[in-house]
Order: sequence, then C-alpha cells, then structure tokens
Amino acid sequence: MAYKIVASQCTSCSACEAECPNVAISEKNGTFVINPKKCTECIGHFDIPQCVAVCPVDNTCVIDTSYPRYQPSA
Amino acid sequence: MDDSHSFDAYQSEPAALDDIMQKIAEHKGCGTTGGSGKASCGSGAGEGDMPADIWEKVKNHPCYSEEAHHHYARMHVAVAPACNIQCNYCNRKYDCANESRPGVVSEKLTPEQAAKKVLAVASAIPQMTVLGIAGPGDPLANPGKTFRTFELISEAAPDIKLCLSTNGLALPDHVETIKRFNVDHVTITINMTDPDIGAEIYPWVFWKHKRVTGKEAAKILTDRQLQGLEMLTANGILCKVNSVMIPGINDDHLVTVNREVKSRGAFLHNIMPLISAPEHGTVFGLNGQRGPSAQELKALQDSCEGEMNMMRHCRQCRADAVGLLGEDRSAEFTTDKIMEMDVNYDLTARQAYQEKVEEERLAKVAARNAELETLAGENADLSILVAVATKGSGRINEHFGHATEFQIYELSSAGAKFVGHRRVDLYCQGGYGEEDALETVIRAINDCTAVFVAKIGHCPKDDLIKAGIDPVDQYAYEFIEQSAIAYFKDYLAKVKSGEIAHVTRGDADIRQGAFVPVNA
Repeated sequence: MAYKIVASQCTSCSACEAECPNVAISEKNGTFVINPKKCTECIGHFDIPQCVAVCPVDNTCVIDTSYPRYQPSA
Repeated sequence: MDDSHSFDAYQSEPAALDDIMQKIAEHKGCGTTGGSGKASCGSGAGEGDMPADIWEKVKNHPCYSEEAHHHYARMHVAVAPACNIQCNYCNRKYDCANESRPGVVSEKLTPEQAAKKVLAVASAIPQMTVLGIAGPGDPLANPGKTFRTFELISEAAPDIKLCLSTNGLALPDHVETIKRFNVDHVTITINMTDPDIGAEIYPWVFWKHKRVTGKEAAKILTDRQLQGLEMLTANGILCKVNSVMIPGINDDHLVTVNREVKSRGAFLHNIMPLISAPEHGTVFGLNGQRGPSAQELKALQDSCEGEMNMMRHCRQCRADAVGLLGEDRSAEFTTDKIMEMDVNYDLTARQAYQEKVEEERLAKVAARNAELETLAGENADLSILVAVATKGSGRINEHFGHATEFQIYELSSAGAKFVGHRRVDLYCQGGYGEEDALETVIRAINDCTAVFVAKIGHCPKDDLIKAGIDPVDQYAYEFIEQSAIAYFKDYLAKVKSGEIAHVTRGDADIRQGAFVPVNA
C-alpha cells in the first residue's frame, strides 16, 4: 500500500514534502501528490507516516489500498 | 528550489545553552516610565527614552515603534506556507486568522518572486523600510525558503531591514542563521508559559518526527519558545512577543507571560485580541469562544504597561501585507502585476524621500512638545479617549466617510497617548452614507468622547452628536497629537467652567470581520 493525498482537502502548504523520508512528495497543479512507487508508508523510518503526522488537515493523507502493502527488503 | 534538500545549508549549530544562560545579563530593554501615561519606547516614544543603539534599530520600524508606524511602511512576503504546530485559532485552509486578514489566502511566492516583489514595492513606496516573513505558515518550518529569500533581498536591497515572526518551536535551531543573515528583529508568538493552559490553545505540535498532543505538546512548545527568546536576546537581536488574548483561557495568565518574557529580555509585548468568527472555521470560531472587548483588551495592556513596553498599534496583518499599518496595498503588487513592472531600485531617491519623512517627523514632535508645555500644570484626574481619521504622516488627514479604521488616543494631563485602533466598514460607499455602516462606526468608537476628521458630512455629524460623540473637523490636516492636546485643554476648561459635564463613555466593539481593501 501507499499513502495518497486527497487533492480537494490539500491546502498546498508543503509541510509533507519536506518531512517525507523518501522524497516521494511533489507539487503538481497547485496541490501535493505522493508517488506511490516511492512511498514506503514510513515503515523502517518512523513510527507513523510523516505526511499524516504533519498535515494540518485531518484525513487528507490517507492509505491507498490499490497498492500492495510495502515490504521492506530484508 | 527543493526545500528538503536546501535545509542543511541553513542549519545552525545548536548552541550550548549553558553558555548562553551565562551570557544573559539583566534585561536589556529600555526603561519605561510606566504608569505615568507618558510614552515609552515601544509606544509613542522617541529618541530620549532608550539607548541610542536600540533607537537606531526601531526608529524606522513600524512594527516596533508606534511613532514610526505613522510614517514608515512594511511588507511581508508569503514564502513560508508550511507549519509545525496547530493552534485552535487557526484554520490552515486560510492564512492564520489572528495574524492576518481572516479567511483569506495569501498569494504564495518563491524566494525569487519575493525578491522581485520587494524591489517593486521599494521603488513604488519609498517609505517601505522593513521586509518581514510571517508565514502564512511558520518561517522556521520552511528554513530553506525563508533564508533564501533573505539572502536574495540583502543582496538586492541592502538598506531594507529584515524580520521574521515565528511560533518558536524551531527557533533555537536557527538562531545562528538568523544572526548570520542580519535579521535584527524577531517576533515570537507566545500565548502561554503554563502547559495546562497551552493544552487548551494548541491541539498538537510536530516534534522529532511525531505528532505530540495535549500538555506534553504545550510543554515542548513553551520550553522551546523561552529558550529561543533567551538565545536571541543574548545575541543582541531585538525581540517582540505577540500574544493572542483569549478570554477565559489565557487572559489572566498573560500577565505572567508578560513577566516571563520581560525577564528574558523581550523588547516589546504585543497583546492582540482573539479573532474568532464561526465562518473562519477555526476550533475557537466553531465552539463560540469570544474575543475580548475594547475595554478588556486595554485593561490587560494597561496592567502590563508598568512592566514593559506594550504595542497597541498592531493591525494583525496578513502574510502578504504591503503598505503602512492599517492600509492594504497588496492588491497593487500581485505576482502577475510585478512580473510586468519595470523595477528601478533607486537607493538615492529612497534616501531623499526618507529624509523628507524625518523632517516631517521632527516637526510633528516639536509641535506636540510645544503644545504639551501649555498643558503643564493642569492637574486633572480625568482622561478621555478620542478617535482619529488619518491616512498617515501623523496628521488628521482622512474624511470621516473614507476611513477604514480610526486610531484611538487617550488624552490626560500627561498628554496624548496612542492606545489602539478600530477597524470599521467604509461609511461612504459610492459617495453616499449608509445607515448600517454608521451604526457600526459608532459601536467601534463608542468609548470615545470625540472623533477628529479632515471632513465630515451633515448627516453623520448629527448622528454622532446624538450618540454623544463630538465630531471635530477644526483641526483638519493638522498634526494629531498637537491637535488632540489642544482639544483636551479646551475640554478641561469647559468642564471646569461648567459649560459641559464630563461623561464616562461605554465600551466598544473590536471588529471580527475581514477587512476589504477599497480598491480590491
């Protein structure tokens, strides 16, 4: 799985971009987007996904179930 | 430029706190003459009231000197959208409702766009002396963008003072960098020093890769704020402290906050009224938390005045504000407009203009002092408030119907003292007055005995008299303080002779709505 940003709620504040350990977040057409190929859900980095923790609008960075759960390479 | 990668370039070495604690000597702010009603350096003051080096730093800074704010302009550039804490008076879908025009979003800029904008404004408004970064998030949560902006501006416009306004959470990490960029004014918003109270104001902070909530969050925040304040003042950086007055939550506590920040060397304390309308969508707005009335705010400011300099002329402006305090010229400098502007940054022309401003300023002070001498020996206990319609320059030069705000002065035998301002709806819309607007104006200046204007029509004049407010247009285009003192002398004489009876006025409203510029 990966996280995704609900575009209609994103205030485009850029806080998540700087906190993402995988540089998976970038600005696109006035809101921020997460590249699901780069998102690791912060597994192995932090206890909680950094975008979720820093986002000022609740339920804006949410899990995207259309991707398989991230597997850290052993 | 990618903030996440440029961050390291601007990281400061964390300073050893013990060394800093050693360095902190006694409070370095200037002495107030508190309690006498005489102006002190944060309020109406001038050169004689403070050390020369501090006066040099604040004399042209509208946010640090009430006296300067009549003559000099400031601008903010919105380059810092990210924030690292959440406040209950803030809805991040908009700019911070308490330090900006509520419910509106600033136009975000890149550091390069910001630098261009500064040059455009500096050439159009030669009295613009100060560039601040205040958000719309927290400048130090966006260190790359903030310091890159300072870097570009200090290269292109070395005469412009730099300042920033922060919630303080990241402040200790950046003090060295702040010093390196010659940022000589920093504002920290400190609403509490007690974590129990803090928990009611801050739902969370983002700290060391975690979202921390409740008392723990408030404890981290207050520790970092006070540590940052100590580090700044130990490094000789002038600090202003902003506090939002939230009745029933931190209003009594702000007296303690005032003591705490004074003891750590803060130069000026700015207690602002909470702005919280339901339509701003903030926690406080939605749960009906009210803001203070004009009398409550003034009483709290007065009670702290004996301790240190209080700022009363803050307009709680936006992260993209441009112009004199109380005017909003941001609409003239939108990104698309500045990109087309032919910018000519002429330092000589700016200096020549500012010399003229200084002449006017000196004339104003001389006129006030001469008038004050004639008041000497008057020993009346009574004091009154008066409202003034002004466009700046310290003169009564605005038409009653065109005023978007009134400045409030307290007159006593000690002279005229600026004590606040009230925003109002424009009374004249398209040249005719509207009934509702006048009622709003009266509510906003209901605690005033008189209102000084350059001009006023018959209808509003009659209505003001009915409401017990004396409309005064005989001092049109004269200096505010000189005229107000002259008016007060007459007032005292009339009270003494029994011609008029001194009436204690009621309370007044602090307006909650958004300020809409006339030419927007």
